Amino acid sequence: MSDKKIRVLVAKPGLDGHDRGAKVIAQALRDAGMEVIYTGLRQTPEAIVETAVQEDVQVIGLSILSGAHLALFPPVVELLKKQGVNDVLVIGGGIIPDDDIPALKEAGISEIFTPGTSTQDIIDFINANVK
Amino acid sequence: MFDATKMTELKTKKKEWMEKQEATLKKRPERKPGFSTDSQIEIERVYTPADLGEYDYDEKLGLPGDYPYTRGVQPTMYRGRHWTMRQYAGFGSAEETNERFKYLLQQGQTGLSCAFDLPTQIGYDSDDSMARGEVGKVGVAIDSLKDMEILFDGIPLDKVSTSMTINAPAAVLLAMYIAVGEKQGFTPEKLKGTIQNDILKEYVARGTYIFPPAPSMRLITNIFEYCAKNVPNWNTISISGYHIREAGASAVQEVAFTLADGIAYVDAAIKAGLDVDKFAPRLSFFFNAHLNFFEEIAKFRAARRVWAKIMKERFGAKAPKSLMLRFHTQTAGCTLTAQQPDVNIMRVAFQALSAVLGGTQSLHTNSRDEALALPTEHSVLIALRTQQVVGYEIGAADTVDPMGGSYYVEKLTDEIEAKVWEYINKIDELGGAPKSIELGYMQKEIHESAYRYQKAIESGDQIVIGVNKFQMKEEPPKDLLRVDPAVEKFQVSKTTNVRDERDNEAVQKCLGALEEAAKTDANLMPFIIDAVKAYATLGEICNVLRKEFGEYQAAVVL
Repeated sequence: MSDKKIRVLVAKPGLDGHDRGAKVIAQALRDAGMEVIYTGLRQTPEAIVETAVQEDVQVIGLSILSGAHLALFPPVVELLKKQGVNDVLVIGGGIIPDDDIPALKEAGISEIFTPGTSTQDIIDFINANVK
Repeated sequence: MFDATKMTELKTKKKEWMEKQEATLKKRPERKPGFSTDSQIEIERVYTPADLGEYDYDEKLGLPGDYPYTRGVQPTMYRGRHWTMRQYAGFGSAEETNERFKYLLQQGQTGLSCAFDLPTQIGYDSDDSMARGEVGKVGVAIDSLKDMEILFDGIPLDKVSTSMTINAPAAVLLAMYIAVGEKQGFTPEKLKGTIQNDILKEYVARGTYIFPPAPSMRLITNIFEYCAKNVPNWNTISISGYHIREAGASAVQEVAFTLADGIAYVDAAIKAGLDVDKFAPRLSFFFNAHLNFFEEIAKFRAARRVWAKIMKERFGAKAPKSLMLRFHTQTAGCTLTAQQPDVNIMRVAFQALSAVLGGTQSLHTNSRDEALALPTEHSVLIALRTQQVVGYEIGAADTVDPMGGSYYVEKLTDEIEAKVWEYINKIDELGGAPKSIELGYMQKEIHESAYRYQKAIESGDQIVIGVNKFQMKEEPPKDLLRVDPAVEKFQVSKTTNVRDERDNEAVQKCLGALEEAAKTDANLMPFIIDAVKAYATLGEICNVLRKEFGEYQAAVVL
């Protein structure tokens, strides 16, 4: 890994307005020396991928608390692939039942962080897995 | 209130008592170097009447039902009638939610509280591309009057009061409720309930806004005016601190930002030419019951006292009902843990007790499994039973304001009040709540508190059982509620049928009339009621208004 700062896009897909977690994590990643862009609310998977490509990020962190994760996380990975982007680490978090995690990982989401996760665990995961 | 000489003696006595412990404390210190509440108010080892300073009982407390209502808004409080036990519910289709409503009423719940899905809350029909994946997820999907008829089928709207968590399109859902009431044979003056209708906190903390602030405030004052004349028993707004707290605010910030929003609504209505004593009695509030037990009780009491002063001194309201802060409470969702979820039952019970000791008018208790998914029927039953234990078994409802006179609680009430005034003054200096939201001031304050709280959990300063202390290896819980993914298809076909069967010419006429009215300063409620009665959908009505009003673009504050 180079000394260049890791660039992360924190994104809120769907209509969910709960962004306390997304903002806390954005700040924690920033404090850990990463460059963080936060999309704000109500992003479509298309808009998220567009921003990710434009901003040349290495990591996308998706947050959903509404239960729409199975419908909205996988399209982000699919759209990245369609654009030939294969080196972006995609991770997710929110109110996500354990039973849904295998399907999300199958779809290419590298890790799912559920309530109670320490921000340090997320920082460590990104440092260890960023491509 | 207390004898001045005795208080001076007591002060000296306490000082000596503190000094006497110094030596022992060096050997055996207290658990922490210092104690403080969630709002960073320093907590002393013990409180005495001397800590309250010069204390005028009448000015600070009064009797229940008397200004400044610190001790409660009614003289008899729960000796007369318990708070309304009102569980927030709604998921999937109107058919499923109607079943859950009937179940809750059979279990002794005394009012309904309806959760809508996100497309409904943001004014999209279920077949809109923006609704993808969200239909029926966090609440019930309502597209047209047809869904609303099904939702309240077999529930007499003259008997049950209904609270609806709906903000940006509140006028449309209220119009549908009025129309369903009429179909059941009840005129609007028979209807009882609440719409949340609090757009300012959507910009700050909850995110289901549609229109920019100015037209949003106009819709809100239209509702105030329409209801004052036609739906007199309706609470036209529920000015909400709940979501501000969930977003990370402290207890003080929760009260301060909520009351600042309240001031903005009262200002807007007065500017629109309404008489304060005509609409203010129907303003209601919504607070969070968090974990810091005594601070929460003090918070509710302080909020009542500050609001009474604002209404009396700032707005010159005269009717006692205009001065009373009546509120709903929900226990704090953000304190629920995914780890050892049964422990949440205990958290909720203490939070519920703090709301009751704080004098709430209605209460929702969260279910143990809500950090994992929407609650199952069994979990909701435990949550409702928790309220019933507080109400019927433990004697907490047998005298009014039992914490009144606790030196600690009264001192906290005073300190919270002082800090709330500081914030309100600061927000006034910035130009009021809407301006301070536009500047990102409230959002920034809340985010800082949220971040501090997270850091405190990670450093272990803030203990969360199951998360950073007393952890256990556990199996993932199995019996979680899942919203049937088929609901989206079902909902889309229902709405397609509605569009096929209705008189489309009549719909277009109503939508055209609404569009014209939106260009003037007419009250939009009658136009919206006509449109919903013609089975215009929620999305169609909101699209007309989007075209006229535009959409709010949030600034990202981080």
